[in-house]
Amino acid sequence: MQLAQREVKPSILKLLNDEFGNEVFLSQKCTDKIPTIWVPRQHVLQVLGSLRPHFCMLYDLFAIDERTREHRQDQPDADYTVVYQLLSMRRNEDLRLKVGLSASHLMLPSIVKIWPNANWYEREVWDMFGISFEGHPSLFRILLPPTWEGHALRKDHPARATEMGEFKMDSERVAKEQEALRFRPEDWGLTSEGEDNEYMFLNLGPNHPSVHGVFRIALQLDGEVIINSVPDIGYHHRGAEKMGERQTWHTYIPYTDRIDYLAGVMNNLAYIQTVELLAGIKVPERAKVIRIMLAELFRISSHLVFYGTFVQDVGQMSPVFYMFADRERLFGIIEAITGGRMHPAWFRIGGVAQDLPNGWDKLILDFIDSMPARLDEWDKMAMQNKVLKDRTVGIGVYTEKEALDWGVTGPGLRATGNDWDVRKKRPYGGYDQFDFEVPTANGGDCYDRAVLRIEEMRESIKIIRQCVENMPGGHYKSEHRSTTPPPKERTMTDIETLIHHFLNVSWGPVIPHGEASVMIEATKGINSYHLISDNGTNAYRTRIRTPSFAHLQQIPLISRGLLIPDLIAIIASIDFVMADVDR
Amino acid sequence: MFEWGPIMLAMGILIFGVAGAAFLTWWERRLLGFWQDRYGPNRIGPFGVGQVVADMIKLLLKDDWVPPFADRMVFVFAPTAIVVAMMMGFAVVPFSPGIQIIDVNIGLLFFLGMTSLAVYSVLLGGLASNNKYALLGGLRSASQMVSYEVFMGLSLMGIVMMTGSFSLVEIVKAQENVWFCFSQALGLIVFVIAGIAESHRLPFDLPEAEHELTAGFHTEYGGMKFAMFMLGEYLGLMLISAMIVTLFFGGWMGPSLIIFEINWLPPVAWFTIKIIFVINFFVLLRAAIPRPRYDQLMSLGWKVMLPITLFNLVITGAVLLWLQEGGL
Repeated sequence: MQLAQREVKPSILKLLNDEFGNEVFLSQKCTDKIPTIWVPRQHVLQVLGSLRPHFCMLYDLFAIDERTREHRQDQPDADYTVVYQLLSMRRNEDLRLKVGLSASHLMLPSIVKIWPNANWYEREVWDMFGISFEGHPSLFRILLPPTWEGHALRKDHPARATEMGEFKMDSERVAKEQEALRFRPEDWGLTSEGEDNEYMFLNLGPNHPSVHGVFRIALQLDGEVIINSVPDIGYHHRGAEKMGERQTWHTYIPYTDRIDYLAGVMNNLAYIQTVELLAGIKVPERAKVIRIMLAELFRISSHLVFYGTFVQDVGQMSPVFYMFADRERLFGIIEAITGGRMHPAWFRIGGVAQDLPNGWDKLILDFIDSMPARLDEWDKMAMQNKVLKDRTVGIGVYTEKEALDWGVTGPGLRATGNDWDVRKKRPYGGYDQFDFEVPTANGGDCYDRAVLRIEEMRESIKIIRQCVENMPGGHYKSEHRSTTPPPKERTMTDIETLIHHFLNVSWGPVIPHGEASVMIEATKGINSYHLISDNGTNAYRTRIRTPSFAHLQQIPLISRGLLIPDLIAIIASIDFVMADVDR
Repeated sequence: MFEWGPIMLAMGILIFGVAGAAFLTWWERRLLGFWQDRYGPNRIGPFGVGQVVADMIKLLLKDDWVPPFADRMVFVFAPTAIVVAMMMGFAVVPFSPGIQIIDVNIGLLFFLGMTSLAVYSVLLGGLASNNKYALLGGLRSASQMVSYEVFMGLSLMGIVMMTGSFSLVEIVKAQENVWFCFSQALGLIVFVIAGIAESHRLPFDLPEAEHELTAGFHTEYGGMKFAMFMLGEYLGLMLISAMIVTLFFGGWMGPSLIIFEINWLPPVAWFTIKIIFVINFFVLLRAAIPRPRYDQLMSLGWKVMLPITLFNLVITGAVLLWLQEGGL
């Protein structure tokens, strides 16, 4: 596990101590070495306010139900904990703030005024844990349906339908659900009448050809001009975080494939690196390089889908077929190596599932040799097309500051001139061994976001070529006891081996207690899994921070005053996956 | 005595038109498939041509449904308008000497009038659906078509000036030596672009724009009524192609140079071959070009197309006057 050692720069803690006094803060040791401090509830707003100038981004905000957690001796008493994770790009530093709450008083001040992207995160915490935020502009359910009873991520909320009693959809229930779906502009913070005209409301989605899944935007229109828009998510929610508390460390891997369903094993990487960090597993070099190679192949695959659908949403009919044909060739390679296509679930704790098959290098070389020329051809066909440029240049512009305020990462951020790429800034899993560039652009518009992804494909091709040329020998999986059961043939000769083999296969490994999250540069931005182990065979809490969630939140900001076709171009250029948003 | 000839001819053209439009749905899909590295419909019958019949059966057997919130009368009437208008337009097309339903001396104006009527179909369909996407589609089509009508008409005036007649037969005959696609190149470009806009096909399919308005004006339509819109669209495509051939590419005449003429095929065959070329060109455009935004389409029309058309008119007029005065 290559994780850059990042000590707390004394300046931040000193600043806090100077302002609020030493006794206020309690430091917690997390396995990932991210400085974590506990802040008393009454100080939250001031502390975050004074940290605001030092941390450009609210990276994540989530809660933990601590009521059944056993191994938390170094932490203050709390029934629920709300976690704020801040990121400073200038100093390449994280800070985690925790606030403990008692079950009788689940209330915190909202920090929407400090970091605007806290809006959806706080709504999610309310939805899942029932913790309310004072001063939040629109605190209602975000992921679960408005008629849902209870708060799903609490430990006492059932995880399976079979634990929930019979479900009846009688006429009374139908009427209730229908009523809950009724669109009332006031509820969404929209006004129906302007100074001298009446606005039209258009419900774009959740089933619409261009929303890439089930995403809904309520539009307030004046003619075709968008006055205001309100994104609505939750139609693709599958409770992936809740499932993480039920599945063993190992059996959760296939679920991660389906978070960003276009990025396949890239999701495994974020999850597995965190588990390995918690368990202290060292991954062999060969496994690292195989992982990077597969992850970059999936980056190309995901960007190909983006490229095709982006051009198609702007109205060009043909390119999507060429790009999907190439994605198909790529899936052929993935299939030859892993046996799966979109969701191979092929990475394992401590390595990968199998060694590479014979002849893998020829397959990959064939593909990466032919790709650059094809990318050039498409560039001529699509990106240099005048109509496409007219449609996308200068549309959906945001600045670097706006991007950071709203938690935008990945190509969406790099299109504003910021070159933050986790692979470069905090090389994980062996990326420091590779030679590649991080493309950036300055326009911050739809066109630049598309161009960057195409450039990233070229960089990925470079990385993959280096993988093929320098593939190390050795094991494809760590020999750690948590990852590899003892040899099967010895189980019949000694009882110790038999027991360990049996437990490892039936229960799965026990991961030592701790907390960790490891950022990876996923296809769409920064993705990480905040995992809490309570010395169990499954995670006590699985928090998935996905890039798409943050990206959707700022759509109203960049689409105001534009036309519906511009909104479609913006949606296409953001490159989100609804499964990645809703989890 | 009652003349059966024109009736038979009219029936023939009607059947040819409808069958041609149905066939085109298959042809376009195959052609797009060819350009997009895929097959297109190839399962039913030789080369998948039976797909036409399968689609027809499917559309005919579908429930004839009118949404309860729609304006019933207008909703049902709208799809028929486009088919009727387009079929009427075929009345003046000279397929070859003698194969023409009626040669009126205002044939060109009649054609323009009929294509204009088709606007009502889209507009009314959009309004009667009582659906917001359909409404936006209807509004887009109204302004798009009204604008492009202007250049469509004006772009042909150069030809009228050169021929001195609105009769399509006269126009074809006037191209005996040189086709108008050379002398009226600007007119041709404007007419082709306006023609795509009129038949609202990609890249100018803004009234439908499935990525923006789901299906635009025909969002609420299904079954045969939807099929009528499609029929109308493909008839429109054929009609525009027929007009381009008639007006700019010498109609039924084989390729002719000033000195010698190639006419080793019957006139109808030449006409058909040329139409197929033009249709394929339209399909290629659909495969290749992205859709401009609505306001960009309008500004293209008023700021680029209109000046080009007027310039073309002035030049044509000046040259004609100069020739009349004796030229060199």
